[in-house]
Amino acid sequence: MSFLVIANVSKSFGGAPAVDNVSLQVPRGEFFALLGPSGCGKTTLLRMIAGFEAPDSGTIAIDGEVMNAVPPHQRPTNMVFQSYAIFPHLNVFDNIAYGLRKLRLPKDALRAKVEAMLATVRLEGLGGRAADQLSGGQRQRVALARALVREPKILLLDEPLGALDKRLREAMQLELRAIQRKVGITFVLVTHDQEEALSLSDRVAVMEGGKILQIASPRTLYERPVSRAVADFIGEINFFHATVREIAAETATVNAGMLGVFALPAANLAPGIKPGDHILLAIRPEHVRFSAQGVASEILTSTFLGERSHFHVRIPGRSEPVAVSGQMPPAGTAHLVFPPENLIGLPSNQ
Amino acid sequence: MKNPPSSSEAVGHKRSALSVYAFVYLAFLYLPVLVLPVFSFNDSQFIALPLSGFTTRWYAGLAADTAMHHALGNSLKVGLVTSLLSTLLGLSAAKAVTHYRLRGTGPALAFISLPLFIPDIVLGIALLLLLSAVGLPLSLAAMVMGHLLVCVPFALTVLIARFEGFDKNLEEASADLGENGWMTFWRVTFPLMLPGIAASLLLTFITSFDEFLVAYFLSGTEATLPIYIWGQLRFPERLPMVLALGAIILTVSVALVVLAEYVRNLGVKKVMVGA
Repeated sequence: MSFLVIANVSKSFGGAPAVDNVSLQVPRGEFFALLGPSGCGKTTLLRMIAGFEAPDSGTIAIDGEVMNAVPPHQRPTNMVFQSYAIFPHLNVFDNIAYGLRKLRLPKDALRAKVEAMLATVRLEGLGGRAADQLSGGQRQRVALARALVREPKILLLDEPLGALDKRLREAMQLELRAIQRKVGITFVLVTHDQEEALSLSDRVAVMEGGKILQIASPRTLYERPVSRAVADFIGEINFFHATVREIAAETATVNAGMLGVFALPAANLAPGIKPGDHILLAIRPEHVRFSAQGVASEILTSTFLGERSHFHVRIPGRSEPVAVSGQMPPAGTAHLVFPPENLIGLPSNQ
Repeated sequence: MKNPPSSSEAVGHKRSALSVYAFVYLAFLYLPVLVLPVFSFNDSQFIALPLSGFTTRWYAGLAADTAMHHALGNSLKVGLVTSLLSTLLGLSAAKAVTHYRLRGTGPALAFISLPLFIPDIVLGIALLLLLSAVGLPLSLAAMVMGHLLVCVPFALTVLIARFEGFDKNLEEASADLGENGWMTFWRVTFPLMLPGIAASLLLTFITSFDEFLVAYFLSGTEATLPIYIWGQLRFPERLPMVLALGAIILTVSVALVVLAEYVRNLGVKKVMVGA
């Protein structure tokens, strides 16, 4: 049985549903991310896990206990708020100790616990610092420490790195991952930053319009998206219209018009695709290769990015340029090759 | 520079004209008030220039005036109760208005503020009629109720301003960290609101303490300080003592207002950090 079980949860604020019949399960100790554009319902879902919003229907259970009727202050969850919500009238130590009052620890034990947590988030010696004397990164660590010190069953993180600058964000990503491994607590992260979701999480749920489009590991999301929306949201990708000719046990034959006919692994087709279907063939820019033979093409733009370059390439019969990522091809007319093993077939109606 | 450019000269003229204006303006505002302390130390029954010597006998007379002490006691009682109640009511209303999306917030706020715009004499007569119609006796308690009408709008204004700079996530964070609504109020909301609460207490206390018209209609046999002063004005020989009393009230009022402003500003920065 999974640790966090969300079953058929819906929530609307008057108008269209913010969360629309969402079900998902998170095992204990997993780093799970809810990824989607703003307004997709991911924060509402997180706030329902914390208890700040009540679902209109469906159930939320943590460690086998249904949480719907449990108020936030009695839930085994703790949250790192997007604004961090550091108590401005308390110093760092008292902020972290805030949630330990009910444990009624002796003074020494309390101090030891808070000091240990300060060390975990690398804020040693800053316990006496006033809340208004902290940098953005430090505030983030205090918010994290304050939540973790309560040893919640699930730690909820609402865009925790959004307010930090790029370098600090990357450093904190590594640290967050390390802390999660160390404490072994289940993390549920909300983010609109796909890179953050992919680099931090064990599994990611991609959300749009209150619905979950796909739940999978970062690698699967990237390599085997099940719909155009997911493929589009995670990284850059090229789409071509095509028709399925036949599907055999191992390979599927797909006619992509000008590009030719491809025999790709049957597993590369999204579930539910049948022979005769119009589909979208998708391929990542780094999988498209320049070659001496193949589809004739013309490089429109090239951008040097260091270890590789990014190209926009025109091919005949198609107005939209193809995105290609790789090394600059040798002089002369470049041809494009689309390796069949990297082609993914997606339903064209989404 | 010996010959500054003419444009800066013009600016200089403008500036000095402005400072003259400011000076005249302040003199107009505060010179009449200064008459109080000046004549309260003047050794003559008659309020007229030239001054005829320094004395503290009017203040000594005040110290011996038991009727005045009784009126002062009443004013303090009414002021304290009014300020506590109106701040409590204002606190609840301000939290409701700023934290929840409630239907009818706009009209409710307008109704609460309405007494500010009704002339106090109308308010006083209306309350007097109401009390006699209902059959309640005139008393200090009746006066407190009248003063609540006048004071709650002030409390509400101060406290709403304070709540608006308040990060709602702070209360959610407290709940998230295991505290129920009551403990969240004491550990987060109250300390952060404290400067606003103190400012509201001082402001409503002064408003009640200075209020005359509503008190006049509702006091019955119990006089408050303004009513006592009004009564004393019938006796010309007691006028210097009234001036002395006025001078004391003036000093204390100014001190309280300055204190209220100081306290109110004290915590503003801190709340903003949390936002």
